[in-house]
Amino acid sequence: MNASLDRSTVQAPRILPCGDCALSVEFGDTIDPEINGKVLALDDALRVAAVPGILETVPTYRSLMVHFDPTMADYAGLSQRLLSEAQALTSQTVAGRRWKVPVVYGGAYGSDLDDVAERHCMSPSRLIELHARAVYRIYMIGFMPGFAYLGGLDPQLATPRRVQPRAKIPAGSIIIGGAQAAVASIECPSGWHLLGRTPVRSYAPDRDPVFLFSAGDEIVFDPIDEARWAALERAAEAGEPVAEQVAP
Amino acid sequence: MTALIVKSCGPMTSLQDHGRYGYQRFGVSPSGAMDRRGLALANALVGNPPWTAAIEFVHLGGILSASGGDLHIAVAGADCALKVDGKPVPPRSTATLEDGQTAEIGPARSGTFAYLAVAGGFSAPPQLGSQSLHLRSRMGGLEGRPLQAGDLLECRETAHPGAHMHLPADFAQEDGPIRVMLGPQDDYFTPEAIRAFLESEFTVSSHADRMGFQLTGPTLAHAKGFNIVSDGIVEGHIQVPGSGQPIVLMRDRQTAGGYPKIATVISADLDRLAQVRPGSPIRFRAVDRDEAVAAARAFKAWVESLPAALIPLRWTPTTEDLLAANLIGGTVHALDPVLPE
Repeated sequence: MNASLDRSTVQAPRILPCGDCALSVEFGDTIDPEINGKVLALDDALRVAAVPGILETVPTYRSLMVHFDPTMADYAGLSQRLLSEAQALTSQTVAGRRWKVPVVYGGAYGSDLDDVAERHCMSPSRLIELHARAVYRIYMIGFMPGFAYLGGLDPQLATPRRVQPRAKIPAGSIIIGGAQAAVASIECPSGWHLLGRTPVRSYAPDRDPVFLFSAGDEIVFDPIDEARWAALERAAEAGEPVAEQVAP
Repeated sequence: MTALIVKSCGPMTSLQDHGRYGYQRFGVSPSGAMDRRGLALANALVGNPPWTAAIEFVHLGGILSASGGDLHIAVAGADCALKVDGKPVPPRSTATLEDGQTAEIGPARSGTFAYLAVAGGFSAPPQLGSQSLHLRSRMGGLEGRPLQAGDLLECRETAHPGAHMHLPADFAQEDGPIRVMLGPQDDYFTPEAIRAFLESEFTVSSHADRMGFQLTGPTLAHAKGFNIVSDGIVEGHIQVPGSGQPIVLMRDRQTAGGYPKIATVISADLDRLAQVRPGSPIRFRAVDRDEAVAAARAFKAWVESLPAALIPLRWTPTTEDLLAANLIGGTVHALDPVLPE
């Protein structure tokens, strides 16, 4: 994935066939809040409408994947309907919920923090300040259950990925790669840089809700010191969300 | 409590049903049986609904025994010999595994993925609506992992009368090129690349697992770069990374990805592709939507027709059955590649 942050004009939506069981409604080819807003607006509209034959919709950065049953849905009618709905949409600029996510930066919790700071010729504390003052938008959840792709990283912190990806990073890793940021949900391989770690589990199979975040939500990071980690970790283990919903 | 006890099995043996749908928006891969045709048939033979979870064997077979009661079992999918206490069971047939008896599933003689269904199904708790194992996220299956020797799989109570059934003729499967529909990003490729994709022979490489099949063949040139902003992935998508060597995304695929996808395998041909072994050649043929939908309908109709198509199993198998069932000892060719994970 090459996350280009170039702003481009929003293109007319188009339908891309994805075999006999799915189609993609594409709104653009860049990472852009307005494009993503349209994806989420169409997703909302389709979930409300419960169109016969549609099995599942999956929002991503710039397009909405629509899974359907080819033996039930009429493709011509379905694609025409989706196209006209997509054209009529206004971007969903109203953000979803805003979450405050506690993070322990650096040390054993974010082993790349010092290196990344040095690369950008800034102090680790300046890096933490820049990373923690932004408001991030969850563009999509993907890669692993609950893995949140974030937009909104300060451009000064854009950092090419590691040459050698790690085979495993811990659950809750707060990471950056290229111009993107993310909250890793479970242990997974990664070529991104580890800045810190949160006790928040965005995916917890035995908790209700199983998934904490949705595409369209916002995240702000709350730097905490190591002393608070243990208590929050215990609370998260016991099924507490630990992330605080601060808006709306 | 009636249970199946795993005495031995290959490393990637797992529980699989139709898959875990509805959670892709949260990054959850659907997973599910690599060969749905095999899953549906194994289930039909034991009187289960078609998408009940079964044990999926990958290339290698396994040995299991019944505990606490008698079980009705059936094996379908890849061509594997099934023996109960050493006695061969004809292909596409139900067998009884009495308390304490041992079922031996031989290694696949052709194909890769075989399914063992048990009447009533397994009682492993579903996760997000499915019992399918997705190993990379440790979801589903038995405790989020593949099966291993010593595992005890509790079976559900069943009211089935337990007749022994047999399917006389298997699904008349296409045997030509794997059918695809071009797109969604065929415009990212040169016309020469599209032609090479549709006219050349590819080989399924040893990098073939439940997530994807890496193919080797002519390099497919991108017309405008190979990095795109990640978008959604469906099963059957054929993505082409910078190497120009295509990867077909299978049941354990991720939900989104950032390489252009030249084409998509039609749903009816995914089962057939899943059973193509590493080292084997494949070709692709582009079809229109009408043909793809007709094939999807035919598959659905076949699944629905299965219960009525079964006949009571004759107790004296014909020579043909015996020839088909017998297995020169269930040997595996020394050169057969083992499927990695």
